Amino acid sequence: MSRNPRQRELITLAVVAAALAALPLFVKDVYLQNVLILTLMYAALSQSWNILGGYCGQISLGHALYFGIGAYVSTILFTKFGIVPWFGMVVSGGLAALMALILGYPCFRLRGHYFTIATIVIAETAYLLFLNWDWVGAALGIQITMRGDNWLNFQFARNKLPYFYFVLVFACVTWLVTWIIEGSKWGYWWRAIKDNPEAAESLGVDVFNSKMAAAAVSAFFTAVGGSFYAQFVSYIDPESVMSFQFSLLMALPAVLGGIGTLWGPALGAAILIPLTEFTRSYFGGSGKGTDLIIYGVLIMIIALARPEGLVSLFSRRASKQAAP
Amino acid sequence: MSQKVMLEAQHVSRRFAGVLANDDVSIRVERGEIVGLIGPNGAGKSTLFNLIAGALPLSSGTIMFDGEDVTSLPATKRCARGIARTFQVVRSFESMSVLDNVVVGALVRTTSTRDAHRKAREILEFAGLEHRVDAQASSLTPSEKRRLEVARALATDPKLLLLDEVMTGLTPTEAQKGVALVRKIRETGITIIMVEHVMEVVMPLVDRAIVLNLGRVLFEGKPADAVRDSNVIGAYLGERHRAPSS
Repeated sequence: MSRNPRQRELITLAVVAAALAALPLFVKDVYLQNVLILTLMYAALSQSWNILGGYCGQISLGHALYFGIGAYVSTILFTKFGIVPWFGMVVSGGLAALMALILGYPCFRLRGHYFTIATIVIAETAYLLFLNWDWVGAALGIQITMRGDNWLNFQFARNKLPYFYFVLVFACVTWLVTWIIEGSKWGYWWRAIKDNPEAAESLGVDVFNSKMAAAAVSAFFTAVGGSFYAQFVSYIDPESVMSFQFSLLMALPAVLGGIGTLWGPALGAAILIPLTEFTRSYFGGSGKGTDLIIYGVLIMIIALARPEGLVSLFSRRASKQAAP
Repeated sequence: MSQKVMLEAQHVSRRFAGVLANDDVSIRVERGEIVGLIGPNGAGKSTLFNLIAGALPLSSGTIMFDGEDVTSLPATKRCARGIARTFQVVRSFESMSVLDNVVVGALVRTTSTRDAHRKAREILEFAGLEHRVDAQASSLTPSEKRRLEVARALATDPKLLLLDEVMTGLTPTEAQKGVALVRKIRETGITIIMVEHVMEVVMPLVDRAIVLNLGRVLFEGKPADAVRDSNVIGAYLGERHRAPSS
């Protein structure tokens, strides 16, 4: 009985992915393709954030750190040592996961808001360190050398479609990982921890190690996203890959769409990212901050009208629950 | 160590910033017994429960469970050994369904979610919640939430079940059903310690009563004797009501 809804989710993913894969046939405009790529990237990143923040309930506002690790590690390996970004992507994911475990060791002793504050402080500290670290280009950043368009170097200067397909697969993978977790022992444990850690502990749930595992998985995929982004924009500096804005942009789609749900991050990203991009290009530099005003308004509306997130509009269970 | 003894707390003390919540408490619970832990507010009942379940560390003393010293084990490990509990203030996993709440408990014995689901359904039926399986925990009535906590604890296959004021806030009819459930649980061979401060609920149910007052064991024995004991009456009702003779 409990199998069917889960299988239905898988079919939904297949349909959505197929529809998205066909999208470039109709969308030829490079700017719009760009927006699509960013939207899918944030859907994947927000899903990665959701694993720790949504399912395990550990709200991080410092995921820009893992994103930055992803961007810097693969870029340095590529520009300084000539190692292909694919390898750098996996290495950076591993390093970010390791970093998450090292940071989680002290931080997961903190609860609620205190944990969140710690994540902000750590990410900001790392940002300042990178800003002053000459070997990684300090504030000037690193320009990724162009070695010609091909899949091995994961470089495509003219045609953006390969990036689109990569990021589509990436979004599907993060979704699938979340789906698998949701149906496993870890998924139950993490949700129990989110709802009530004391009760979880009394039922044999290893709270600390569960949080560590969730953080490692979440950090891994966030860093993969960072490596992708570096290849996509081919120039990185601390401001463009490690600033607080990225931490927000990973958390917000999940919050907007539905925290701790399979489709929340994707739905949130599909609304938030195009909106951000369009207002940014409409207002230009003089409108800097307009997107932040929009986030603020959207979050207020959601918090007041639909605290469960937009995804609850589609869920039958939620609508049944709403009726007294 | 005799295997007849399920739990033995030896000279257990717990201090909270100068207040001795449990002062040299020693109790012994035998396999298959239902023991009532009673006492007025602030007697240290819940503290003792938390010490047995591992939710709080002891200041001193030892806790033996099923022949082994579990004093230094955290709550998680004690659950794996076979100690399960409910909470005085219910702690359901509110965002999860009733079934999933119980699945979390069942997962301590298996890694297969399919097996855990099967077991959770059986237990929900046993606990009389089969009609609420798919409801969200937050939508349950207070008495259903109490039942859910008991079901969740049972799903961990405990040898010892600690029930912390499960009858509190129930209507007389609901309390009667609760009593029937506790009896049913005992018939499956699980040892039970229940904290309750409503005497008339526990007295007919338990084999033995332990009365705590001001962090110390005041009385230990048959429930019928407890209500006649002048020290117990004094603790509950104040010195004025102490029976003149005895």
